[in-house]
Amino acid sequence: MARIVHNLFLTAALALFAAGSATAQITDGVVKVGVLTDMTGAYSDLAGAGSVIAAQMAAEDFGGKVLGKPIVIISADHQNKADVASSIARKWFDEQQVDAIADLVSSSTALAVMPVAAEKKRITLLSGPGSTPIAGDKCTPYNVHYTYNTYAMAAGTGRAVVQKGGKTWFFITADYVFGKSLEADTSKVVEVAGGKVLGDVKAPFPTTDFSSYLLQAQASGAKIVGLANAGADTINAIKQANEFGLTKKQSLAGLLVFLSDVHSLGLPTAKGMYLTTAFYWDRDEASRKWSKRFFERHKKMPTMVQAGVYSELMHYFEAIKAAGTDDPDKVMAKMRELPVNDFFARNGRIGADGLHRHDMYLAQVKSPEESKYPWDYYKIIKTIPAAEAFEAPDPACPLVKK
Amino acid sequence: MLQVLSGQLLIGLINGSFYALLSLGLAVIFGLLNVVNFAHGAQYMLGAFVAWIGLQYCGIGYWWALVLTPLVVGLCGIVFERLCLRRLRGLDPLYSLLLTFGLALVLEGIFQNAFGISGNSYPVPAALQGGTDLGFMYLPRYRAWVVMVSLTVCFGSWFVIEKTRLGAYLRAGTENPALLQAFGVNVPLMFSLTYGYGVALAAFAGVMAAPIYQVTPLMGSNVIMVVFAVVVIGGMGSIVGSIVTGVGLGLVEGLTKFLYAPASDVVVFVVMALVLLLRPAGLFGRQR
Repeated sequence: MARIVHNLFLTAALALFAAGSATAQITDGVVKVGVLTDMTGAYSDLAGAGSVIAAQMAAEDFGGKVLGKPIVIISADHQNKADVASSIARKWFDEQQVDAIADLVSSSTALAVMPVAAEKKRITLLSGPGSTPIAGDKCTPYNVHYTYNTYAMAAGTGRAVVQKGGKTWFFITADYVFGKSLEADTSKVVEVAGGKVLGDVKAPFPTTDFSSYLLQAQASGAKIVGLANAGADTINAIKQANEFGLTKKQSLAGLLVFLSDVHSLGLPTAKGMYLTTAFYWDRDEASRKWSKRFFERHKKMPTMVQAGVYSELMHYFEAIKAAGTDDPDKVMAKMRELPVNDFFARNGRIGADGLHRHDMYLAQVKSPEESKYPWDYYKIIKTIPAAEAFEAPDPACPLVKK
Repeated sequence: MLQVLSGQLLIGLINGSFYALLSLGLAVIFGLLNVVNFAHGAQYMLGAFVAWIGLQYCGIGYWWALVLTPLVVGLCGIVFERLCLRRLRGLDPLYSLLLTFGLALVLEGIFQNAFGISGNSYPVPAALQGGTDLGFMYLPRYRAWVVMVSLTVCFGSWFVIEKTRLGAYLRAGTENPALLQAFGVNVPLMFSLTYGYGVALAAFAGVMAAPIYQVTPLMGSNVIMVVFAVVVIGGMGSIVGSIVTGVGLGLVEGLTKFLYAPASDVVVFVVMALVLLLRPAGLFGRQR
């Protein structure tokens, strides 16, 4: 009797195992995406809750399921701290079966999480961070750098400003990896375009009072003062530059300016400024349609980072569907293989280095008179084609074929 | 070179007078109530936000805000003192520190939820727009106004507390509240008003700051660290100490920004460590 029961169990187990492996495209029966972002700090307006909403929208728009298994979105606050980010990532991978981590705004958190993900063969989909080493010497096979990088910002704005006669530059730089990378990239572009860098000052991050640095920028005599910082730092710097009369003789170039920054500065202060962006909500019918849906839920128009989170997740789900499995190696291969063409990105391709190269836009902030309705902030001056917007694959990344 | 240096020193003076104004409220509250008011930064932020909300939704301009905001926020402070802080009197100061710290987190959280992190712009009032070219630098009129007002308010507070009868009551209340009450002075009321005054000072500084900095929920926590350092260096609770140290540290910070900018956010704490090593009670503090 015992033997029969034993055999019965064995058969059942085998049957279950066979059935399991036949539909085992999705391990653990769920596709779980963790949005790891800055919920409360300096970048919470340009990413934060908006990124989480964008991720939820992506899951819903995909039908809530991929290959018949539910999509689950979870989120956490990394507080812009690398150690917090990597410990949450470990916990997510080890205990909560998270398949992919999205956003990771602020480069230091992205650089901390990427190796953890690579070690555990999970995918990172970066929308918020901008450092170029992410797809350079720090690249990993399981990473997608989706929305922008500092080179694209530098190339777009830097080149345009030099061409308009802004030949001499002084930088006010946020004193951490992102600011330095932004300054280095811009300097390169400026010099290639025939401009000259006269000097820089590294301001601690975060800084509220920029008056000392602005004074040094004035003393440098440079025509262009490049702001190699982001978020609240950029806002305060621009505001105080106006106050100190810097904008009378010199011009500001915001090297990383988000829609949320312009919104909070107000057009009277921000007008006329050039900036490069991966996405503008009012660019065409498709972007408007999506953005208005986003606005209904978030009460703010999306920044490029938030729109990027939506788009990268749609691409990720598409890749799982096309690959017929959530196996990270196969999904990554599909993500690289499939082009991206949606309301967010045109002519997008993800390279071996993980960098998503797509068209970027040079924009100018409208004056209060030009702005006709709420959130009508940018004029798109020109489209920068993907090949021009992003640098060629960096040989420092071991994944790039030499 | 000299031009740039004198500009940096002037900016140091401007920031310093600002630190002095903020640390003054903190010093008053600590000196007279023995409460380490960790909510000071949040109350400063509250001042800026009340001014901004007043302008945005009620059309109350800068000049009225300068008067009304400290009253409103100060009143909130008094209510908080009556309902919560008072219950901790006589306990270890650590308790009131934790309570006020909690209040700060709650306030910041509420405003962050309601207004986001990037904050809002508050325009410089029309009468104070523009500036003067001093030769070595362009001095915005508003910044000059900040220095003037801060120093006046600082001097006024010092005068009231150190030189008048009311101030004498206050100081007596700190030394021996029971005895002072026996003389017929309403000590609990006096404490409430003192806390309210300290909070009103923070709110006043908030209104002063609104046109310069972005009005954001975290503006207080950005500056409060330095302000605490100022109070510690000046000698906990010493009014003169906090004023002089505030201005002095502004200058030191300004110089550092000029000589080696990346160190400018640490220099204040280096000074603090040195002062505490050499004079544990602070520059102007009395050993208790």
